[in-house]
Amino acid sequence: MKQFEYSKTRDTSTAVAEAGDTRQFIAGGTTLIDLMKLNVITPQTLIDINGLPLDKVETTSDGGLKIGALVRNSDLAHHPYVKTQFAVLSEAILAGATAQLRNMATTGGNLLQRTRCIYFRDLVYACNKRTPGSGCAAMDGDNRTLAILGTSDHCIATNPSDMNVALTALEATIHLQGKQGTRTVPIGEFHVLPGSTPHIETVLQPGELITHVTVHPMPPGAVSTYLKLRDRASYEFALASAAIILKIENDVISHIRLALGGVGTKPWRAAEAENVLKGNSPSEEVFRKAAEAALADARPRAHNKFKVELSKRCIVRALKVAVSSLQ
Amino acid sequence: MSIEQKQMEGTAMPGAVPVKLIINSQEHVLKLDPRTTLLDCLRENLNITGTKKGCDHGQCGACTVHINGRRVNSCLTLAVMHDSDEITTVEGLGTPENLHPLQDAFIECDAYQCGYCTSGQLMSAAALLKEECGVHDADVREAMSGNICRCGAYNNILDAIQMVRGNRK
Repeated sequence: MKQFEYSKTRDTSTAVAEAGDTRQFIAGGTTLIDLMKLNVITPQTLIDINGLPLDKVETTSDGGLKIGALVRNSDLAHHPYVKTQFAVLSEAILAGATAQLRNMATTGGNLLQRTRCIYFRDLVYACNKRTPGSGCAAMDGDNRTLAILGTSDHCIATNPSDMNVALTALEATIHLQGKQGTRTVPIGEFHVLPGSTPHIETVLQPGELITHVTVHPMPPGAVSTYLKLRDRASYEFALASAAIILKIENDVISHIRLALGGVGTKPWRAAEAENVLKGNSPSEEVFRKAAEAALADARPRAHNKFKVELSKRCIVRALKVAVSSLQ
Repeated sequence: MSIEQKQMEGTAMPGAVPVKLIINSQEHVLKLDPRTTLLDCLRENLNITGTKKGCDHGQCGACTVHINGRRVNSCLTLAVMHDSDEITTVEGLGTPENLHPLQDAFIECDAYQCGYCTSGQLMSAAALLKEECGVHDADVREAMSGNICRCGAYNNILDAIQMVRGNRK
């Protein structure tokens, strides 16, 4: 690991004032320290923000959530109100990582979790995300776990987070604080497609801090679920996953939010599939049609073609689970 | 000269950060290169070697310790981030004369072969006893998935944990 300076602060404004390009925040550290050991990330200064007062889960007056950026994944997933009112969020978090990691990892950090692409993690290989302009060893390499949606000629790295998929279905809002003040960004606009600049993953500016995440309540009578498909039953990243929020009125799907994980370069909102589902009666045929729409633009590489069909089946099965939980 | 005195000798190192660690109820005042993970601090700086280094990337669980009562991977956190935190290692779980019920159960169930993962398994399981976890074997397997045993003693580890939880006859 390269040398760095360490500082800590208990004041959010001070933290933001001190941060910059090579002066990075550290919270849970589960991604950052891992990648610093590999010399993939080499900050000159780490600003320890664990002392900031951003560690609360609060309910808002409309029945929604205000989640502090430092709320640990385990605390969010096991929060009684989250478990009952936002099942998809609790299920998604508990489908990821391990109890130890969830005790460390934070809400803000999970939004910024880096890809598990093996070429990004290994300095020996070309990677446009790690070293812009160096090329992409994954294109014709071991790309079995990599993305099929939102890819570019420069990068096919998958966003690895489960939590982000649930927050995308919940249409969460990300609250940021920078030297110029505060601003909010809808989660759908927070992560950006790789295009020709895969080293830029979010709209977060250098020195800007995620302070909290807000979520509106689901419509009354809606159910939610998260389904994750992977190579082994626990502690494995998604090959395909689906987060669903669904409401049925008079045998018609009146509200539907569908987001996908494991297949996109960013947490993937499947708007085309939602359009197919909304206003229709739930049936295997409609579910399959929606799944086809969700994957219509998929661009698989040599070793991840199976993900196209896997993701479709993941969507259909998750929809069935959601519908059956209404009965 | 004690290890800690030797450590304090290193105060001339540029960028060293003072930190007070409370490990198994004992205070240790150190000055550390901020790169030092909690795991390396325990093993290399303080010679508290019950906690093991496996993968050093949070994938194997051999380095599991408790910080303020919660299980974490000590390889993925910096020691200087834990000023005044209460850290418990396997040395603080039980003693040879007074074993923790899990340690008794691991012996009873033969829940190890080489033993390298055992301290991590024990610390993880000790935390699990206080967490939300269903009664079924599948619940325990899921809750213990962050601890790898390359000898494959999983069934016996599961038996030991379930015995302590009262889910074995």
